[in-house]
Amino acid sequence: MTHTTPSVGQRLVGFANRHRALVLAGPAVAFIIAMVAFPLVYTLYLSMTDASGSVRADVNFNGFDNFAELLGDTDRFWPAVWRTVFFTGGAVIVELSLGMAIALLLRRSFRGERWVRVAVLLPLVATPVAVGMMWLLIFEPTIGAANELLRFLGIPPQGWISSRTQALPTLMFVDIWQWTPMVVIILLAGLTSLPEEPDEAARVDGASSLQRFWYVTLPLLAPTMVTAVLLRSIDALKTFDILYATKGKGGGSFHEAETLNVLAYSYSFDYNDYGLSSAVLVLFFLMIVGLCGLLIWTRRKRAL
Amino acid sequence: MTTTLPREAAPAPSPAAVRPRRRRRPAKTRVASALRVIAIIAVLLFFLVPFAWMVMASMKTSLEITDPSKLLNFTPTIDNFVRVFDQQNFLPYIFNSFWVGFASTALSILLGVPAAYVLARFSMKRSAGMVLVARIIPGVSLLVPWYYVFSNLGLVGSFTVLIISHMFVSLPLIVWIMMSFFEGLPLELEEAAEIDGLTPIGAFLRITLPLSTPGIATAGILAFIFSWNNFLFALTLASDQTRTLPLALFNFVGYAAIDWGGLMAASVVITIPVIVVALFTQKYIVSGLSAGATKG
Repeated sequence: MTHTTPSVGQRLVGFANRHRALVLAGPAVAFIIAMVAFPLVYTLYLSMTDASGSVRADVNFNGFDNFAELLGDTDRFWPAVWRTVFFTGGAVIVELSLGMAIALLLRRSFRGERWVRVAVLLPLVATPVAVGMMWLLIFEPTIGAANELLRFLGIPPQGWISSRTQALPTLMFVDIWQWTPMVVIILLAGLTSLPEEPDEAARVDGASSLQRFWYVTLPLLAPTMVTAVLLRSIDALKTFDILYATKGKGGGSFHEAETLNVLAYSYSFDYNDYGLSSAVLVLFFLMIVGLCGLLIWTRRKRAL
Repeated sequence: MTTTLPREAAPAPSPAAVRPRRRRRPAKTRVASALRVIAIIAVLLFFLVPFAWMVMASMKTSLEITDPSKLLNFTPTIDNFVRVFDQQNFLPYIFNSFWVGFASTALSILLGVPAAYVLARFSMKRSAGMVLVARIIPGVSLLVPWYYVFSNLGLVGSFTVLIISHMFVSLPLIVWIMMSFFEGLPLELEEAAEIDGLTPIGAFLRITLPLSTPGIATAGILAFIFSWNNFLFALTLASDQTRTLPLALFNFVGYAAIDWGGLMAASVVITIPVIVVALFTQKYIVSGLSAGATKG
């Protein structure tokens, strides 16, 4: 532009403008790579070692021993896998159906709509650990409100979170309470952005409201539903705070609420067996990638 | 809590298109709308009663909490809250949570907003996908390597490590929300600015950035809430001095017994800030949480 030699500052500005993708996105991308890529590679490496004890202790390569140990472990590993699948599957199915019902209910405007929407939002922003504690009191077998309600209805009291068999379903309920609003918000956003013409056309053709929902709204909403399921599945799979806050280390004394996440945490930070824990995480990660792939694939197929 | 909120304008009246149909089939619609009101009240109760329970228990003595006949009729006391601040010394934990949340959010905005702009403008789907990967990976799987690295650097227990780990939650969130925000901004404004002599980065700083303040506010609020609520990272990476609020809750859970009154009071103390923020910013939170969710 000018014939004089540009100053250092001008050169920097020029460089920034010519390479603005690099300058603007570089730091964030570098941060995420440093925080994710290295740990993932390191986890993969640790999963094939006997790393344990202190983080400064010597580490020996042991191939696939950890994986063999886990895949043969019907005591803690496989039950944790099934619990993870059960917890995620159950919670997400209920959240999607309940969320759909509530979203349809709140779709048309009504008096006090604002307040109802705020109420629906509250579980989402409340601190999960505090939410866990709140439900721990409500489900307390002797002093909790849940059993008080059952007594009023003439039903014998239950163990809820304290029970070996009921803990996981009860904690699923807590997850449903906290995260159904997320599905509601996503589906409401989807519903409001739907085109009105198909629905109008179906109405003119004499379709009932149920028919219009099933044959018009639902197919149009399908991509949004897949997104909601994807987001919720990922987060439900990773659930940690509510399980740990209410059941403590290892998912309770009988590991009754131990999912893969809780198991991996327990191996790492209760037993300091980093090698085995890393192997759990590698298998867990493969599960998540598989699930994401599956959901994205179904979504693509629908879009075609 | 809700009484402190200034009353805003009444919600918009239902669309006029709904009205004529209502008049045509009065009997059927009346039953339907009655059922609808009942269902809405049920939804309201389902989401609000547990909170009411927590608040009530936080104002009961331990005797009243264990006594079923005192479920609703009890004399409110602030003893539990006094204990939270007096014996358990909650103020430093509140400060820790605020500091970690504020610093990680501010740094994430600083790094994330320009990145989101580039990803949106040049539609770099692959880099955007990589940011999403950060959201998919379970935190536990990163915690072990982080723990290795940070303890060898002597950083475990410092604010630095907490802020960095919380940035890992907020940065992808901010990039994701801001990407869908920038995609909605018209490109013409920047092009006009460049014709008027601004450099591309100048156009971003002077035109796009001021226009995106609402988006940044949305992303920032959500990032702060997620940091405030985060439990996992502080559980292993915090020290006694840097412990955040969710961890401090466990001070009330002893080996033998749980101090329910104190626990509920502490839970209320943790929940109030996010609920107040949510009440005032609900529109932004909703748009932030559903950002990108309805697009193909």
